[in-house]
Amino acid sequence: MTMSPFTRVLLGLCCLLVALWLVAPTLVVVPMSFNENKSLAFPPKGFTLDWYANFFSNPEWSSSLFNSLKVASLVAVAATVLGTLAAFGLDRMKSASAGWLRMILLTPMIVPGVVLGIGIYAVYLDTHLVGTLFGFVVAHTMLAIPFVLIAVSASLEVFDKRLELAAASLGAGRWTTFRTVTMPLIAPGILSGFLFAFVTSFDEIIVSLFITSPYLKTLPVQIYSSITRDADPTVAAVGTILFLATTLLIGLGLVLFGRERRT
Amino acid sequence: MATAVPTLGRGAAIGIRSVSKHYGGFAALSDVSLHIEPGEFMTFLGPSGSGKTTTLNLIAGFTDISGGHLDVGGKSVVGVPAHKRNIGVVFQHYALFPHMTVGGNVAYPLSLRRVPAAERTERVKRALEMVKMTDFAHRYPSELSGGQQQRVALARAIVFDPPLLLMDEPLGALDKKLREWLQLEIKRIHRELGTTFVYVTHDQEEALVLSDRIAVFNGGRVEQIGTGRQLYDEPATLFVGRFIGDSTVLRGAARSDGTGTALTIAGETVVTDKRLSGGGVPVMLIRPEKLRLQRRSATGAGDGLNRLAGRISEVIYLGSGSKYEVELADGSTAIVRSPLGDESFAIGDPVDLLFSPADAKLLADDRSADTTLT
Repeated sequence: MTMSPFTRVLLGLCCLLVALWLVAPTLVVVPMSFNENKSLAFPPKGFTLDWYANFFSNPEWSSSLFNSLKVASLVAVAATVLGTLAAFGLDRMKSASAGWLRMILLTPMIVPGVVLGIGIYAVYLDTHLVGTLFGFVVAHTMLAIPFVLIAVSASLEVFDKRLELAAASLGAGRWTTFRTVTMPLIAPGILSGFLFAFVTSFDEIIVSLFITSPYLKTLPVQIYSSITRDADPTVAAVGTILFLATTLLIGLGLVLFGRERRT
Repeated sequence: MATAVPTLGRGAAIGIRSVSKHYGGFAALSDVSLHIEPGEFMTFLGPSGSGKTTTLNLIAGFTDISGGHLDVGGKSVVGVPAHKRNIGVVFQHYALFPHMTVGGNVAYPLSLRRVPAAERTERVKRALEMVKMTDFAHRYPSELSGGQQQRVALARAIVFDPPLLLMDEPLGALDKKLREWLQLEIKRIHRELGTTFVYVTHDQEEALVLSDRIAVFNGGRVEQIGTGRQLYDEPATLFVGRFIGDSTVLRGAARSDGTGTALTIAGETVVTDKRLSGGGVPVMLIRPEKLRLQRRSATGAGDGLNRLAGRISEVIYLGSGSKYEVELADGSTAIVRSPLGDESFAIGDPVDLLFSPADAKLLADDRSADTTLT
């Protein structure tokens, strides 16, 4: 079917508008980070890298970045291990309850963050976990497991289980089969789950706001408290850096995921 | 029986005694017993759902038996996990590891057995030579055709010298030409190795080409075990008679006495010198080459032959002769093969069907898979 030139132009214009709409916030943040004045005015005036320098030299900013990296790394590892085990178990479960279990494991994605935040906060107050590294890792891991579960389950779905029978007939026990056949073939799914888990934790703000303390702030919390205090363009610089970093990670994850899907 | 080629006699015997397999309330196998000789080429033949693949999976150890005894090489393997049975398996869908090269796939069982690197290379090379895939060692499975992948899978299943090789419809996904060629390759490899082969197929021609003996499965039971010739010439049941080769089945009002059995079909009576030993309703089964066609209304049957009136309903030219389908008075269809040089007939010709009483096999009716009668 061919389109008339008019329809083609109209369609192109619509697509362009939607695309512009989607990237507009980013397009605002990036120029603002080079603003010479200490304000979040848009459009910005002049050009400076001072706010980037401030981000890396101010201990408040650098320590929160370090906290975020630490939490996100631990969360990525924990969520990947747990999520992969869960995906594997659910994949092999024959009973109908597997579907229900899967739904329960996915609830952290569906339940509003505020609701989770209040619940976690209430428990953490009693158990003195507010503002602790352990508390952050546990809360974020819960939020990240669904992403690992989805990515690994998708890999397992296309994984040919008859290969495991073949490996067994050739002399491989269960663990050897998993190590030499199953894992290498679902590795792209595990890796993309790892990346999504990392980014989920690194970006997380709602639950973090509830369980943070002046002694342990993650980067998103620091951005939020900074912008509620004063109009410091450093947040724009941080935003730009975060935008670049997450785009790279998610992009990598999607590439791996896409490759997995095709085989 | 194992062919007369001198082999190392490395094949394992298999003993299956009163084996059953249940899935919930469903009996996939009930009371199956059969013995496979060392080095024998045994084929499990039957329609889908007949239990032949289930039996293969039980031998491989992919599922556990529900009851009975299962021995491989004289030792019980009940409860022994698949990876400790040392049995080669070739699957219908190849099941090559996509992340390993051809060489890597074939070396896999040797690495698991900690075979030293130098010997490993040598044995991989030998196995690939045997299936004529030496030039493909560095390719990945996705770069090979179906037939090539199956040859690699065969090399992988024999490289560790298992005393028993199981094949589950290995040629089922391939086209006819390639299938026929690979059948001969498999036969040659069986001869060279001396390993016991158990082969599952639903294709009776394939079973006849390959096997020393064939076990015919139906409804979770073994109907008969024998050489292809035994099954064709002396079917124990109507099911076996119909499953192996073409056949004509005659049903009618039966009457037995001391000298034999007579069937009356739509007013015409045919006789045989046999009697049904067990119970059941007797039917006659006649092979297509035992039937003769004659133009209608020639002389009467004074020559001791049975005679049935019919009409040609289909003519199939085979090159070496012709195959005719003849519609009989009761509406059933007879299949006749006549050699080149015999009188030829056209569709609609009225004919007489002649056969000797000695050539009719008498079997108990099972009323199964009946497509000719309404």
